Order: sequence, then structure tokens, then C-alpha cells
Amino acid sequence: RLLVVYPWTQRFFEHFGDLSTADAVMGNPKVKAHGKRVLDAFSDGLKHLDDLKGAFAQLSELHCDKLHVDPENFRLLGNVLVVVLARHHGGEFTPVLQADFQKVVTGVANALAHRYH
Amino acid sequence: MLTAEEKSSVTALFGKVKVDEVGGEALGRLLVVYPWTQRFFEHFGDLSTADAVLSNAQVKAHGKKVLESFSDGLKHLDDLKGAFAKLSELHCDKLHVDPENFRLLGNVLVVVLARRFGGEFTPELQASFQKVVTGVANALAHRYH
Repeated sequence: RLLVVYPWTQRFFEHFGDLSTADAVMGNPKVKAHGKRVLDAFSDGLKHLDDLKGAFAQLSELHCDKLHVDPENFRLLGNVLVVVLARHHGGEFTPVLQADFQKVVTGVANALAHRYH
Repeated sequence: MLTAEEKSSVTALFGKVKVDEVGGEALGRLLVVYPWTQRFFEHFGDLSTADAVLSNAQVKAHGKKVLESFSDGLKHLDDLKGAFAKLSELHCDKLHVDPENFRLLGNVLVVVLARRFGGEFTPELQASFQKVVTGVANALAHRYH
């Protein structure tokens, strides 16, 4: 959804093949595999909510030094994740849960930006 | 900004929206998720808990008013700046609202639509709505000085 809603983010994934339509993006196996990897990292981060900066330090350096990703993209992805959770969980996604998740995705985005220089 | 197809899909989905309920929910969630936004509504009474906010009569009424304006805006997707010019001046000159709050409310509205429409809220619809809320936020900020 990040790649569909904010199409400029496709620049980081040009080697993924067909991203020409929303269906192509959502059905793309490399998008699915990489999305899983990203969310696995996010899940691990949830085990370290008291030290997100520490937990994401290496990934932060990687995204700055090697991958050259503008940290604004972490905020965009975090917001898309909140939308996806709302879509999946409907009534369960209460205002309080939304508030809590918004804090988490903001914290993760900040942690991923923390080692940028 | 939006293709003809995007405009019609946005209008079609929004046609199913219960403006009073969704408006109240979006404004309420803004106040819960970004609590500093409560500063604009201190006169609304009890905003002390999420339940208090979401059931607050003034929040619901004001949310409905905000979403009605947004609905009107959807009829002018080709000239959002024109459509929201007066509201932009009002929010700058009288209400003193930082335009960042329009972006936050827009994003909350997208979350509320996702929550309510589930499977119907496709990636394309999300993309189209994100453009609309961004356009509305920009239009509301346009007359700021």
C-alpha cells in the first residue's frame, strides 16, 4: 500500500519487477517477501518498546549509509501500517489502540532515523 | 490531481459514509490519538478519557460539521483551494489553528474509512483518498499568512 499510495517510494524497489498497477504491486512476490521482512523487524522491535533506539540502531545505520532512504518514508510506512491494522481489525481497532499504535510507529520511525548523519 | 475514475470511486465510497457518525469518530480519534489537539476544544467539556471524547456531544456535533464541509469539498475536487478559501482564512485569522492539524485529521479520516469499509477500502481507494485529504489540507492552509 505504501508503494501504491505514495508512488515515489517505488524508487527504492525498481528491481522488484512489475509495479505498474495496484494489483501488480499487491501481487508482486518480492513486495510480499520484503514486506514480511520489514514487519518481522517491526515485531522484534515490539519486544523492545523501552529501547527502540537501541533495537533499531543497526537498521538505522543501514538505511542511512547503504540504502539511502529518506527517514520521512519510515513515517509514511508507519501511517500505512496503522491504516492496514484498522482495515483488518475493524471494530477491535479502538481509538485507544489507534493512539497506542500511532505512538509505536512514531517511536519506530524516530528510532530508524536516530543514527542518520 | 485525480483522474475521472478516481473521482468517481472516491465519490461512490463517500456516498456510503454516514457523515454524522464518521465525522464524530474522526474528530474524536484525532483528539485521542493526538491529544494536544484538545487545546482547540477545551470548551467542549469532558475530554478526559477516550470514551468521554468519543461520546462527547459537542465532539460529535463538531465532527459532523467538519465532515459536511469535507463532503462539500468533494464536489469541487478541481478547485479545492477556491472551495476552502473562506474556511482557510477563518482557521488562520480567527481560530488560530496550525495547518499541520489538517494533515493529522486527514490521516485519521483515512484510518476511520479503512476501519469502516474493510475489504472495500482497496489500495487504489486509499491512494485516492490520501490525495484528497492532502489536497483539502493544502487548500485549508492556502490562505495562511
